[in-house]
Amino acid sequence: MDQFEVKVFIRLRPSVLDPAGEAIKSASMKLGVTGIKSLRIGKMIEVKIESNEEDIKEKIDLLCDRLFANTVIEDYEYSIKKIING
Amino acid sequence: MANFTVGIVVFPGSNCDRDVSWALEGCLDIKTKFLWHESSDLNDVDSIVLPGGFSYGDYLRCGAIARFSPLINSLHDFVKSGRRVLGICNGFQILTESGFLPGALVANKNLNFICDDVDLNVTTSKGGWFQKLDETQNIKLPIAHGEGRYHCDQDTLKKLTDNDLIALKYKNNPNGSISDIAGITNEKGNVLGLMPHPERACDKSIGGIDGLYTLKSLITQ
Repeated sequence: MDQFEVKVFIRLRPSVLDPAGEAIKSASMKLGVTGIKSLRIGKMIEVKIESNEEDIKEKIDLLCDRLFANTVIEDYEYSIKKIING
Repeated sequence: MANFTVGIVVFPGSNCDRDVSWALEGCLDIKTKFLWHESSDLNDVDSIVLPGGFSYGDYLRCGAIARFSPLINSLHDFVKSGRRVLGICNGFQILTESGFLPGALVANKNLNFICDDVDLNVTTSKGGWFQKLDETQNIKLPIAHGEGRYHCDQDTLKKLTDNDLIALKYKNNPNGSISDIAGITNEKGNVLGLMPHPERACDKSIGGIDGLYTLKSLITQ
């Protein structure tokens, strides 16, 4: 089997208020950085996984839909890189 | 109802399980049984409480990991059978993460962990979880949460409103919940999830008895 390195990015949906992002935006301005129009916090999950090439997308979609993200409030996207040929 | 038993689910990180047991047994003389989250046998309990706390340390999202326990798996048939399930605080978060109730609970608007007594309007009689007093029924219950802001999309909100599924609303919204929602039921009415803690309002000497009726309603069929 091949081994893949997957990076999953999870973001709050645009319609969901991100108060922690707002707090960091405000702190960024206190640091003296001007011009910040928007700042929102997400999560990044790194997974190393063994899989056949044809199954990898299905496995990652399952993980994202059922566990990593709550699609009521979050969107996700991911990148897949093969790191070891099986 | 002498043989009626309420199951109280214990996850790693639950911390209101004993409070619920104390309120049910000590204040209402209702028998309880603790159910470890790894058990899936729900045959000897008649209704279930998912108590407050920090199941699995709130890792990933509140309630996200508890959803995969064997007990929550068996809860689907339990709910289908019409038996009653009450999710309090973290229990409410688990019910939304597991799909028993729609929507999600996210960080409070002001990012504070809010520990307070709040005034609530009872907005439905669905499921008989609250005593019907009069048109403008108010109750006061304690809240204690950092992630209690109820969120759902507009279609879900319309469905909740049209089907009379909003059980409780904050009078002075403390956390930014959409439409002031503090608790909702499923369509059948046998599942209630709420952020306030009825088990902490069951004795006059510790701040009120407005939670008694909801806990007592666990033993109605």
